[in-house]
Amino acid sequence: MVRFARKVGLIAFRELQAEARTKEAFVAMLVFALLVAVVFSFALNPGREAREEIFPGLLWVTFFFAGLLGLGRSFAGDRGFEPLGGLLLAPVDRAAIFFGKAAANLVLVGIVELAALPVFSAFFDIRLPLSDGRLWASLVLGTLGFILGGTFMAALAANARAAELLLPLLLFPVLVPVVIAAVQTTGGVLARALTEELAFGYRILVVYTVVFLAAPWLLFEYLLES
Amino acid sequence: MRILIRVAAAAMIAGLYLGLVWAPEDAILGQVQRIFYPHVATAWNAYLAFTVVLVGSIAYLRTRNEAWDRLAASSAEIGVVFTTLVLLTGPIWARAVWGVWWTWDPRLTTTLILWFIYVGYLVLRAAIDQPDRRARIAAVFGIIGFIDVPIVHFSVTWWRTIHPSVIRPGKLDLEPAMLVALLVNVAAFTLLYAVLVACRTRLERVSAAVAALRERLRSA
Repeated sequence: MVRFARKVGLIAFRELQAEARTKEAFVAMLVFALLVAVVFSFALNPGREAREEIFPGLLWVTFFFAGLLGLGRSFAGDRGFEPLGGLLLAPVDRAAIFFGKAAANLVLVGIVELAALPVFSAFFDIRLPLSDGRLWASLVLGTLGFILGGTFMAALAANARAAELLLPLLLFPVLVPVVIAAVQTTGGVLARALTEELAFGYRILVVYTVVFLAAPWLLFEYLLES
Repeated sequence: MRILIRVAAAAMIAGLYLGLVWAPEDAILGQVQRIFYPHVATAWNAYLAFTVVLVGSIAYLRTRNEAWDRLAASSAEIGVVFTTLVLLTGPIWARAVWGVWWTWDPRLTTTLILWFIYVGYLVLRAAIDQPDRRARIAAVFGIIGFIDVPIVHFSVTWWRTIHPSVIRPGKLDLEPAMLVALLVNVAAFTLLYAVLVACRTRLERVSAAVAALRERLRSA
């Protein structure tokens, strides 16, 4: 278990190191996230009440779309026709490759989210209850489900032609539970809803995360055969 | 095969007659209620078709027998056609009875997402050229897509319970004659599904053989 975690950590580190060299995906995601905030402000021009109502949805849509930019690259990009090239020769369990990639994506998207959060809060004049653990639970679980499902689908799509076109098409229908539960729990916390009302939403996020933690063990190796 | 086609054709005609003529007119909803028979029959077969995709996908990954992949691919295509029919016949009824074409009711929403997932499955297949890779990747998506459906349904149900919906479908207590018409229609559409899958897998098999022949000619 410890050795597996170490391998996952090494692969994640390698991924982040490669990203740190160019910062291509990171910069693109971050700028895109901020740009979406601006575009939404222009397009919707919401008043006070509407702002509170649409804020959680805007926030998550931005995270999903920005994250998609990074996810699409994690199995394609510089690696030519075969999705992974050298990494497949490494003496590690296939699942370790998946979790390493997912961990790297989680770090990158997490940083983008943390950077975008205060900007969204300022643009839409929404006070975030930062000391409320339920807000963080919603953000962390939603992001985790998104990254696990997204990394898996990115690996899947990387086997096809025009993977970048295909990824959103395949990912979003499968991501519906996360979209609903993440937006509703974040919105509920902002609207000071009771925890009991939101419990089911958190449960959906946990179930989704567990399913996409388990699925790679069973199915990921099939995506890497060549 | 011939016999299956004949039986299916007879059952479809019987189903149409029972549903459109023989079954009594609905006292409250009127003639528009009759769309209920093909609607439920196609919905049931769409679920059946996607379950077959799951079975075919798992069996393919285990055995690597291409017949399973052809079954999954054929069934997915027919399932998408049936789901499209469900999503078209439903609104015709809903417009007359609920007054709107569409409402974000859990069952409607889940069916719509189901349609998107399996349209994605077909697009994915079309985007991979090598047959064995196409079969393998599509099988993984066929499994993941199916596992995801119950979670989608739960999340949609929860989403709807915190947003009160104005329109709710009434409970359907069925007249015995209506139940007979429904069951005959379900049976008829299931036979139709079987015929379509049989034809479609044969077509798939023949086109794979043609592709293999062409490959041999090219290399010769």
